[in-house]
Amino acid sequence: MPMKFLAFAAGLVVASAALAQAAQLEVKDAWARATPGNAENGAAYLTIVSPTADRLVSVATPVAKKAELHTMTMKGMVMEMRPVEGVDIPPGRPVTLKPGGAHIMLLRLNQPLREGQSFPMTLNFEKAGPQPVTVTVEKLGAAGPAPAARR
Amino acid sequence: MARNSRASAPGGSPRFVLAAAVLAGLVILAAGVFFALLMREGPRGAGGTALASAIGGPFRLTDQNGKTVTDADLKGKWSLIYFGYTHCPDACPTALNDIAVALDELGTKREAVRPVFITVDPERDTPPALKSYVASFDAPILALTGTPEEVAQTAKAYRVYYAKHPEPGGDYSMDHSSVIYVMDPEGRFTASFTHESSPEQIAERLKKLLA
Repeated sequence: MPMKFLAFAAGLVVASAALAQAAQLEVKDAWARATPGNAENGAAYLTIVSPTADRLVSVATPVAKKAELHTMTMKGMVMEMRPVEGVDIPPGRPVTLKPGGAHIMLLRLNQPLREGQSFPMTLNFEKAGPQPVTVTVEKLGAAGPAPAARR
Repeated sequence: MARNSRASAPGGSPRFVLAAAVLAGLVILAAGVFFALLMREGPRGAGGTALASAIGGPFRLTDQNGKTVTDADLKGKWSLIYFGYTHCPDACPTALNDIAVALDELGTKREAVRPVFITVDPERDTPPALKSYVASFDAPILALTGTPEEVAQTAKAYRVYYAKHPEPGGDYSMDHSSVIYVMDPEGRFTASFTHESSPEQIAERLKKLLA
């Protein structure tokens, strides 16, 4: 009896999670760090959730000459940054780009990114197509997006 | 028969077991004391002499104001040294910001610590580029660049690896060791932090070293 009840409750949780999930691909919490001085490059981070498998293939933004998908890996003590062709989005599992890992590299910024600003960016997905987002600039060295309440 | 069996199994004697246990206990205790002393001595003790002499050494570079700086100029204060480059969007600002946050936790003692940022990309990191870059961080960072040879010599002294990684369109990124070195006021290597060290951990360690 308790086992059956648990199984039923677990089923409910799964069902409601599925219902709560976006019916289509969603890009959330897009943010970038303020850049120091006249630094030419910046990085943007975000979270992508998709109900079906998809792939982020390119990014465009008017604030930089070029936006690239980059991975950052530590090989022992050595940091390596590499452009990648795309980022796979598995069904139902959020993919978060964050400091210390993969990021959207903004090459040759037209202007430095300053805290409090925001700018448009378009993510192009293989299936979901172009998805426009607004990127909020957080303070230099921020570890994550500011809580929504503070915006 | 009985004598034989006793001789072949001395371990069966309770007195022997007790003596062996006491002896083993003493050995463990002695080893513990030895390691505790070794740890307390830290890198300056017998266990760390090789490390201490392997990291650091003479260099001659130019700071963000165009002034020549050598290893001798770093003496008299503790130094937190990080090698990076200003076109690095993630690891380098993180490390410099962590240093600034850690120093903030030191209160008045922060005056005893000098953060140093040494570029591995002298081609793009000129003194003016470094000046505006480090000015954005909440810490008085000494930023150093030089000729490619001067930078190579410094990186070699600090056992720092770096390499240019060209990308299509003429851009490039730099692979580089991402480590924060702590050098004492005599210029001797004392400790290091990695990207996994939080500003709080860095501050805690510095507080102990400065105490």
